[in-house]
Amino acid sequence: MEMLASLGDGFAVALTFQNIGLALLGCFLGTIMGALPGLGPSNGVAILIPLAFTLGLGATPALILLTSVYYGAMYGGRISSILLNIPGDEPAMMTCLDGYPMAKKGQAGEALALSGIASFVGAFFATWGLAFLAPQLVKVALLFGPAEYFALFVLAFATLGGISSTNQAKSAFAAALGLGLAMIGVDTQTGVPRFTFGEVHLYDGIDFLVAIVGLFALSEVFIFLEHRGSAKDATTEEKIRVGRIVPPWSMVKSCIPTMGRTSILGFIAGVLPGAGASLGSFISYSMEKRLVDKDGTFGKGDPRGVAAPEAGNNAAAGGALVPMLALGVPGSGTTAVLLAVLLALNITPGPLLFTQNPDVVWGLIAALFIGNFMLLALNIPMVGLFTRVLMVPPRILMPIVAMISFVGIYGISGSTFDLTVMILFGIGGWALRKLDVPLVPVILGTLLGNEMEVNMRRAVNIADGDYTVLASSWLTILLWTIAIVGFVVPMIAGKLLKRRMALAKAAGDEADLVD
Amino acid sequence: MSDRIFGGIGLALAVLFAFQATLIEAPFISDAVGPSVFPIIIAMIMGLSSLYFLFKPDPEPAWPQFGQLAEIGLAAAVMFAYAQLLPVLGFVIATMFAAGYLAWRLGSKPIEAALVGIGTAVGIYAVFHLVLGLSLARGPLGF
Repeated sequence: MEMLASLGDGFAVALTFQNIGLALLGCFLGTIMGALPGLGPSNGVAILIPLAFTLGLGATPALILLTSVYYGAMYGGRISSILLNIPGDEPAMMTCLDGYPMAKKGQAGEALALSGIASFVGAFFATWGLAFLAPQLVKVALLFGPAEYFALFVLAFATLGGISSTNQAKSAFAAALGLGLAMIGVDTQTGVPRFTFGEVHLYDGIDFLVAIVGLFALSEVFIFLEHRGSAKDATTEEKIRVGRIVPPWSMVKSCIPTMGRTSILGFIAGVLPGAGASLGSFISYSMEKRLVDKDGTFGKGDPRGVAAPEAGNNAAAGGALVPMLALGVPGSGTTAVLLAVLLALNITPGPLLFTQNPDVVWGLIAALFIGNFMLLALNIPMVGLFTRVLMVPPRILMPIVAMISFVGIYGISGSTFDLTVMILFGIGGWALRKLDVPLVPVILGTLLGNEMEVNMRRAVNIADGDYTVLASSWLTILLWTIAIVGFVVPMIAGKLLKRRMALAKAAGDEADLVD
Repeated sequence: MSDRIFGGIGLALAVLFAFQATLIEAPFISDAVGPSVFPIIIAMIMGLSSLYFLFKPDPEPAWPQFGQLAEIGLAAAVMFAYAQLLPVLGFVIATMFAAGYLAWRLGSKPIEAALVGIGTAVGIYAVFHLVLGLSLARGPLGF
């Protein structure tokens, strides 16, 4: 009941003209960014953060705008999966398997509408899950002292590579690189400058927004420059007719059990550290295939094969917000970027957020509900509009992306120094991507580095310089154990899982060769 | 081979980082931990992971041909120049050139590239400066 009252207050915050307008704008932009191959949710949110920041939006409106972009991108990813067989973002990969064959059978419109409904069901369920679960998690988090927080940060880094990570050494390197970057600047506890080499610009550290936009958005531009000419150009693909956009009721009905099951599964995958939306859609699809694919229609355009991954990945997207808001520790790339939003607005996420800024939290959750309905409305009747956006070729799109990135960063500080650093991050990000080093731990490191260090030092100081305090209470021991298990398991299971994902994808490709 | 080189660079970086950490002047009043312990831990993690792929490299990634590398280098150079010239030329003119260059190198025909450059510059200026009131770099012509 308490929760419903808080949620009611949240709706009071969210239901202003400005906030509804921002939610609508966010949903619209998010869907476009999700739909365009090469601009995923992390990129989309990353480009828009500096803008939301420089436009002087308050905390709640800025968050509403950016989480709407996040939800929108999760919806939008499916559009190019279905129409072009190119996933708009990584979690939408599994949607290609049945979505594209459906489109080839002339059911593109139905597939789009059905996946829109499945996305809605998944996200709607996950938002309720967020509203119920986050306050419970906050109660646990209030037991956390500095040592527990330090262990929690270790856990976040150890599991961030995810179960599908193949090379844990590279994840660890990326995390260390990010943490190292965070160390640059004046030490908050003693006031000593560290790693600044006398450069005044570095005294207040590297702005994590600069790092994020460089690593995500600019490195994407470099990737496109590299693959120019060789990459698949969306415009040269044969055009698929969208057809009717209202699926027959019997088709929707046959998918209801699938959507129910995969929403729950996806949500759990989102909440758990190290899983995230990609894995959510993968396990949702695999589970449904095992459960209901009696006639072997999965992979050949079965509507349930479209509904399953979409409900799963949208539910996971909502689930991933739970640890981010309640603990201040994100479990996925995009939520790491959303954490940057909070930090840029001087809001520290975590248990105190729920007591000190309940308006922000509940306003955000209410906005997610509103955004979800908007997305359903945007995505079914207006899906034709988004399919036309897909026809914008990268040679026109990418310069715009690059320039908007520059505008955003320049807007924050008005300094060419920051722009230069951003370009360096762009080049570095490109090189790291070529070497298969994940970028998300780098971002998370720059975001959380100082906080992590402060907690470690606080814990040790309270214990008079005794380092064993970092793993002495049962809670810290538990967190350390999970961290170690989470780091070691992918070394064994990662290769296996990656191979199975690749096999599933290859099977899908084969299926449409046969057609 | 790439991974070995990368491991070498990573290791050097870790050593440099640890060395720099030991150089941090101990402040007059400090806490029990001090400002250099955490950076040294980070350097150790970085060094260990670098050693791992120095000895156990992944399969070679597909590095681009020299031409494409030059492409990326040139684009980066244009961006660096853009960053420097932004306050000198003003937002609209500088952006026109930078966006046009990128569009051209991404495969637009010269005329299309010019149009993309002008469109991007004027479009962003209109939306972000005129409508949203963001302050962009001001050049000699006032925009």
